[in-house]
Amino acid sequence: MTDQGTAAPAIMLTGIDKRFGTVHANKAIDLVVAKGTIHGIIGENGAGKSTLMSILYGFYEADSGTIAVNGRTVRIRSSADAIALGIGMVHQHFMLVETMTVAENVLLGAEGSGLIAARLDHARAEIARLGRDYGLIVDPDAVVGELSVGLQQRVEIIKALYRGAEILILDEPTGVLTPAEATQLFEVLGELRRQGRTILIITHKLKEIMAITDAVSVMRRGAMVAHRTTAETSVAELAELMVGRAMTQPERPASAAPGQPLLVVAGLSVRDSRGVTRVTDVSFAVSAGEIVGIAGVSGNGQSELVEAIAGIIRPSAGTISVAGHRLTNADDAASLRGYGLAHVPEDRHRMGLVTAFPAWENILLGHHAEARYGTGLLIDRAATLTDTAGRMNAFDVRPDNPHLKMANFSGGNQQKLVIAREIGAAPQVLIVAQPTRGVDIGAIAFIHDQLLAMKAAGKAILLVSVELDEIFALSDRIAVMCGGRLVGIRDTNATDQNEIGLMMAGVERAA
Amino acid sequence: MDLIETALAILASGLRLAIPLLCACLAGLYSERSGVVDIGLEGKMLAAAFGATVAALSTGSAYAGLAVGMATAVVLALIHGYAAITQRGNQIVSGMAINMLAAGLTALLGNVWYREGGRTPSLEGAARFNPITLPGTETLADVPVLGPFWRLVVSGHPLPVYLALAAVPLTWFLLYRTRWGLRLRAVGENPAAVDTAGISVPRIRYSAMLATGVLCGLGGTYLAVAQAASFLPHITAGKGFIALAALIFAKWRPVQALGACLLFGLLDAVAIRLQGVALPGIGQVPVQAIQALPYVLTVILLAGFVGRAIPPKAIGVPYVKER
Amino acid sequence: MSAPVTLPRWADLALLPALNVLVAFAVAGLVVLAIGESPLEATALLLRGALGHGEGIGFTLYYTTNFVFAGLAVAVAFHAGLFNIGGEGQAMLGGVGAAMVALAFGTGPGWLVLPLAVLAAAAFGALWAAVPGWLQARRGSHVVITTIMFNFIASALLIYLLVDVFRPPGSMEPSSRLFGPGGKLPFLHELVPGLPKTPLNLSFVLALAASVVIYLLIYRSRLGYAIRTVGANPTAARYGGISPERITIIVMAISGALAGMMAINEILGVQHRLINDFTGGYGFVGIAVALMGRSHPVGILLAALLFGVLYQGGTELAFDKPRITRDMIVVIQGLVILFAGALEFMFKPALARLLGGREG
Repeated sequence: MTDQGTAAPAIMLTGIDKRFGTVHANKAIDLVVAKGTIHGIIGENGAGKSTLMSILYGFYEADSGTIAVNGRTVRIRSSADAIALGIGMVHQHFMLVETMTVAENVLLGAEGSGLIAARLDHARAEIARLGRDYGLIVDPDAVVGELSVGLQQRVEIIKALYRGAEILILDEPTGVLTPAEATQLFEVLGELRRQGRTILIITHKLKEIMAITDAVSVMRRGAMVAHRTTAETSVAELAELMVGRAMTQPERPASAAPGQPLLVVAGLSVRDSRGVTRVTDVSFAVSAGEIVGIAGVSGNGQSELVEAIAGIIRPSAGTISVAGHRLTNADDAASLRGYGLAHVPEDRHRMGLVTAFPAWENILLGHHAEARYGTGLLIDRAATLTDTAGRMNAFDVRPDNPHLKMANFSGGNQQKLVIAREIGAAPQVLIVAQPTRGVDIGAIAFIHDQLLAMKAAGKAILLVSVELDEIFALSDRIAVMCGGRLVGIRDTNATDQNEIGLMMAGVERAA
Repeated sequence: MDLIETALAILASGLRLAIPLLCACLAGLYSERSGVVDIGLEGKMLAAAFGATVAALSTGSAYAGLAVGMATAVVLALIHGYAAITQRGNQIVSGMAINMLAAGLTALLGNVWYREGGRTPSLEGAARFNPITLPGTETLADVPVLGPFWRLVVSGHPLPVYLALAAVPLTWFLLYRTRWGLRLRAVGENPAAVDTAGISVPRIRYSAMLATGVLCGLGGTYLAVAQAASFLPHITAGKGFIALAALIFAKWRPVQALGACLLFGLLDAVAIRLQGVALPGIGQVPVQAIQALPYVLTVILLAGFVGRAIPPKAIGVPYVKER
Repeated sequence: MSAPVTLPRWADLALLPALNVLVAFAVAGLVVLAIGESPLEATALLLRGALGHGEGIGFTLYYTTNFVFAGLAVAVAFHAGLFNIGGEGQAMLGGVGAAMVALAFGTGPGWLVLPLAVLAAAAFGALWAAVPGWLQARRGSHVVITTIMFNFIASALLIYLLVDVFRPPGSMEPSSRLFGPGGKLPFLHELVPGLPKTPLNLSFVLALAASVVIYLLIYRSRLGYAIRTVGANPTAARYGGISPERITIIVMAISGALAGMMAINEILGVQHRLINDFTGGYGFVGIAVALMGRSHPVGILLAALLFGVLYQGGTELAFDKPRITRDMIVVIQGLVILFAGALEFMFKPALARLLGGREG
């Protein structure tokens, strides 16, 4: 599959299988990476790419399957094994000690002797050499925490090279980089390939794959679905492989004439807790009886956008109006519910549920202060239990036992309970993020029907999903986010998955 | 007594009072730098003081006392390590348990073995660490300021004082100049980085526990076998907690730890000296105000009103490989 | 690497905690054996001393009162995911508050002065805990460390107040004068004729009432729901419009108020004057009580009673067996905290294998 036919492949994975409890993260994965190439692995969030790479780097052991490095079958039981085999990894979340200097970080684990003063000098010299050879220039005595993200990533690459890595794995390397930093990174990777090293790059950014890889493998839902030579494929084909063939499109009810705008976002910018701008100058409106879908590869500001609208984090600029209430600094998630906003968060375990509580106490989340759940200071258990039982029934949550601990429900039923709570609050505006993530097929249809019923009832719905099929199945209009900005908004009837896929990659106009 | 002599005497007393703080503070530094919270310094010092006294009494050797004192504290440190590292239990709870076990067991056993309400008989002769007179004391005797300084402050302390002081540069060296120190500092900040570099996180944390035990042992031994020349229940009297304050004050750094402990020791010495003394212009300063000062200063520092004390990032969090 | 292990619910809630406490007491038995006494005989003497006669029971319940307050204080904070080690200091401040009221209005009628004094104890304790709470919520300093510091500051403050402010002229003892009749909480033997004369006083009833109130607060009230949500999942709390910062401050205040109420038993109930060291380490016992009682008021009542038995029975035991001093109780506390707290899950894998529970 590459032009270097004779040499043994740098990496050959055969039948790699890995389960975490009930999650089948990797299903009989085969992969061949030729020496001296840049090989891309693409796939949606949760497709199993990171698990596969963690297995290769010895962070987990596969349940079955074999790994061969340079033609030799090996067992990789720890990171130390991987390092000894010449495998280096640049993790998505950097494995750096922020309070230490660059040289100290590079040395960590590869000290070579009990005293480190002389070794530090060696590391400094080596860092300087790597800087000259590959353009990886960084001050060895700088404290890592004070470096920009791009430079920190450089330190990670230097760490791997210092340990003699011949095979370099990069997990979502550009997710945190600015375009300029990404360009520099690609130059470095090109130089590394020129000098004979093998690079495995995990990403979901198709443009990058096309720009720098020699070959690309596509993963979907834990399985490897295709291998392509980059020169012989296209962004469109990869997008289709990644998302999966469009299933039979469900009938999307014709849009009634949209009514009043109920959710209006203007010039919204959001910074995360570290001060990094995640959302930049986003404006849109959702009207009564309308579903607006926000498409985008995850991590492009959708989460922060949703949390800002839902009153969980404060925007740094811009305005939000919910059902005619313009939000102020005094508003929080509780007051927003009072204005008629409901929110199905993207991660039910982290945010939408308290899994240690029984179902009935989860129905209270966000509503525990309301009069219907009690008078005065106390919560009316009987009323809440009745209410919960009714909703579990209406939303088909199984088993319909309000006393069962939330952790003991399946993912689909957990999600249905969240939706029962949020839709049951009879909101004017509903924000739903990844409503069907980790949910079985039957529940998906049920959840979609609920959303369409809400729309028919004249509510405004903002749908955020990384599943393009879902976006297309439900939305009247589709807005695409990339890099924290809104790339554009299209009428669903006037666009297709190709165009939206390109917009997700940051291309404003389809060719 | 002239003013200089008085000042030097306070200084010397401050130094002696600072020594147990310094031992516990450096002990805590190893543990906390590795990411394990230790509020059990007090208990480890107390147990060490008892173990050291018992050993010194029965062997007649202060050195045997020191060895047993250290061993006692190491055992407790390893129990804490087992709870915190292997069992991934709550480190605060474990520290509390160590403090109580030490307080209870020392008083109980002390009473059973010596029948003096938990006190031990006095240590005498070689069973006690006696003051060492450093060379030069006589030569410098007549030099103004330097002479009395040498005699009162530098010379004339028992061995553990010098060991504790030597532990400061030693800790600095271990921390910043050795492979172990590099790994120790890294594991308290980002254990995942250490793990992915192919190094065992538990092994480093357990080795830190050993260092913590040894230093708590030195501090406890000093209190009983050098300073008090016997063990009495609760002889540590909260010093393990002041040490914790000093550690925060020093921002988990060894040389600054010495400074913080000297400051707190000196405050204590001044408080003792000022008891019942009216200062001109101010009147009588309540001793308790000075005694509370280390804690008040630490709270102010922690709150970030003056400077900022940022603990090791991974402190108190058991390390679990994450998906 | 230990795989996550699941146990049946009953084993998780009852068997494992019981096993942990049992191991703690078994080790304590070994300690007794090591000092040359019989654990069985010691236990018998202890139980007889604590429960064998009316006077013993009175003393037992008097100790229990302290532990109920201290245990509830720790437990309320646990529910919000907070560790309040500052019970001692908060109780000292509670004592100061109660004493200020009782000293100032001691000549007034008890029905007016006592409620005020109780309120003052709670308010002072609450304030002394709310400051660390505020420091954590708004300034990011951890309550564990700040409450430890506040214990020492409280201790220094109490001594200063006793020596320089409350001490009657001419007295050498660092304590206040006796309260007037209005500042004395009645003993139970004064209220119920026929009871033996013990320090057991009306605060025991208050402690029982506090348990009920805390049960209602934590498990039945809207605020309790918010508190438990913050403790279980702060992100979900914020999503639900509950501010974890606000809850932190409120919970610390409630916790401090409960700790402060320990002073009611000691200062208003028994000493009738402010003295030094009246907290006697009871604030720390609260940690063992809360851990053993699984932070539930019913469990806390039982655990507090157990420690009450230990304290009273231990005192009598020390009388009969001078080798087993009251320090043995501190050892048991330490063991309970170690096995029921820090090593909580040590036996879980073994128990799971025994019960045929599945691993992974």
